[in-house]
Amino acid sequence: MTATKAPSEPTQQPAVRRPGDRIFAGTAKASGILILLVLAGVAAFLIGEAIPALVAPAEDIPGGEGLAAYIAPLILGTLLGAVLALLVATPLAVGIALYVTYYAPRRIAAAMGYVIDLLAAIPSVVYGFWGLAVLAPALRPFHQWAADTLGFIPFFAGPASTTGRTMFTVGLVLAVMILPIISAISREVFSQAPALHREAALALGATRWEMIRMAVLPYGKSGVIAGAMLGLGRALGETMAVAIVLSGGAGATLTLISNSNPSTIASNIALRFPEATGIDVNTLIASGLVLFVITLGVNMLARWVVNRRADFSGAN
Amino acid sequence: MAKRIEVSDLNIYYGNFRAVEGVNISIEPRSITALIGPSGCGKSTFLRSLNRMHEVLPGARVEGKVVMDGQDLYGADVDPVDVRRQIGMVFQRPNPFPTMSIYDNVIAGNRLNNKRMKKSETDDLVEKSLMGANLWNEVKDRLDRPGSGLSGGQQQRLCIARAIAVEPDVLLMDEPCSALDPISTLAIEDLMTELKERFTIVIVTHNMQQAARVSESTGFFNLNGVGQPGRLIEFNPTEKIFSNPDEKATEDYISGRFG
Ligand SMILES: Nc1ncnc2c1ncn2[C@@H]1O[C@H](COP(=O)(O)OP(=O)(O)O)[C@@H](O)[C@H]1O
Ligand SMILES: [Mg+2]
Repeated sequence: MTATKAPSEPTQQPAVRRPGDRIFAGTAKASGILILLVLAGVAAFLIGEAIPALVAPAEDIPGGEGLAAYIAPLILGTLLGAVLALLVATPLAVGIALYVTYYAPRRIAAAMGYVIDLLAAIPSVVYGFWGLAVLAPALRPFHQWAADTLGFIPFFAGPASTTGRTMFTVGLVLAVMILPIISAISREVFSQAPALHREAALALGATRWEMIRMAVLPYGKSGVIAGAMLGLGRALGETMAVAIVLSGGAGATLTLISNSNPSTIASNIALRFPEATGIDVNTLIASGLVLFVITLGVNMLARWVVNRRADFSGAN
Repeated sequence: MAKRIEVSDLNIYYGNFRAVEGVNISIEPRSITALIGPSGCGKSTFLRSLNRMHEVLPGARVEGKVVMDGQDLYGADVDPVDVRRQIGMVFQRPNPFPTMSIYDNVIAGNRLNNKRMKKSETDDLVEKSLMGANLWNEVKDRLDRPGSGLSGGQQQRLCIARAIAVEPDVLLMDEPCSALDPISTLAIEDLMTELKERFTIVIVTHNMQQAARVSESTGFFNLNGVGQPGRLIEFNPTEKIFSNPDEKATEDYISGRFG
């Protein structure tokens, strides 16, 4: 045993460390450093390759109006699709997670859990084709209806697409794709809400929904946010599904339902990269750098939101 | 309003396992009733059946009658949520809501009743309940801080404040002091003595001195062996239980000659 040393003089001798501890600490540290190196390497590559596009004269950039004018619509498209997906998927995922953890009979809950997890295992090409072949045609009437009745909202400004291959459809496809991520994480945190506090709520005369509001949702909030940010990250970076479904590519408009949707950064890179040469490559990489920064910003924002009320998180 | 509880022929189950059997007891209003007995004899299970908290566990159910001032708490048309609003509970481990401030913890139950209360009303209620729980002076300057930052004894008194803020008829306490130091324990015992003026109190305790100090009546639970159901062996005035119990098993238990 190593505990023979008097505890009153802890500073005089370094604590004895066991080999197991040292090996574990070493590998953990190495993994930590490795991930930072990879990240730094990717960032360095992106920045290095983007610089020629940053310094190039405006007329050399595709479109002829400079880098900012080229990337801005893509940023808009990326954010539109991802935020729409998040807005649709998060409430749905939270509802599913609550149903599975607190309402469903146990057998149904387990089965539903599997089915939702299965959604995560479907390759994104499949989602793309599903969006193109099934969802887009199915949503055509909705597009027309939205343009007719909600057209005064910029997001639903017409003319409605006749193919349904719009940002709106893309957002829904992305929502289905990120649903399993958000609901799996929400399910996990909801099911870990301490019985101690759930019983405290019930004993005060809370109904099941009130119990969930008092003891489950506040406890799970940071987990839901973390899950939503993971989902948002996936939606921002999703390439194939968007590239297949979206027929847009022109202009920087807010409308979700017409053919003038801007494309997204990731799908634009995927579509243009194979034929790009010279400065075009640098331009695409510069747009990739922007996506990298957006994703980083989203994650930092999420962290800030989660930590803001750490005192009240229940972790203490 | 303190109320009387009459329990007759109560059997309590976890799935197929009968944990408690054949309990008959009459709990007096405005008094403290203590329940003692060895671990696993069903004291908590019985206590939780009084406010229908038992049935929140999957497969848990009861047979028999629990009647409070003439109303059968297990009647077909009785909503367990209403029962729990009338019969408050304090748990063994202090469980203030960690995501709420001290202030919000106190009025958590009142918020549930969906009453829109004015800020001045809730302020008064918070002060009154924390005073009632002998906690006001210690926390009045930090009502907006999380309840989880308090000491164990303070947290337990916060839970008591939360339970009494809704003015229940009955207060159930399951070993409320077992996680506390002796000074906090004394504070809570004093508090119980004050609270019995207004509430019917039932307390489970492992501490026989505590039962002797605070309660008017004491029930002794026991079980014949592992896997057997627990039973209420004896229910008598506390003085009698501790000086001249009717049952040999009770005497053995309180004199430490048990098992
Ligand atoms: N959640 C549960 N599921 C199944 N059995 C339980 C559960 N809780 C308690 N029991 C059983 O019920 C019996 C009584 O337990 P309990 O009421 O906790 O005793 P006490 O509070 O007197 O120590 C014990 O045999 C215990 O194993
Ligand atoms: Mg117990």
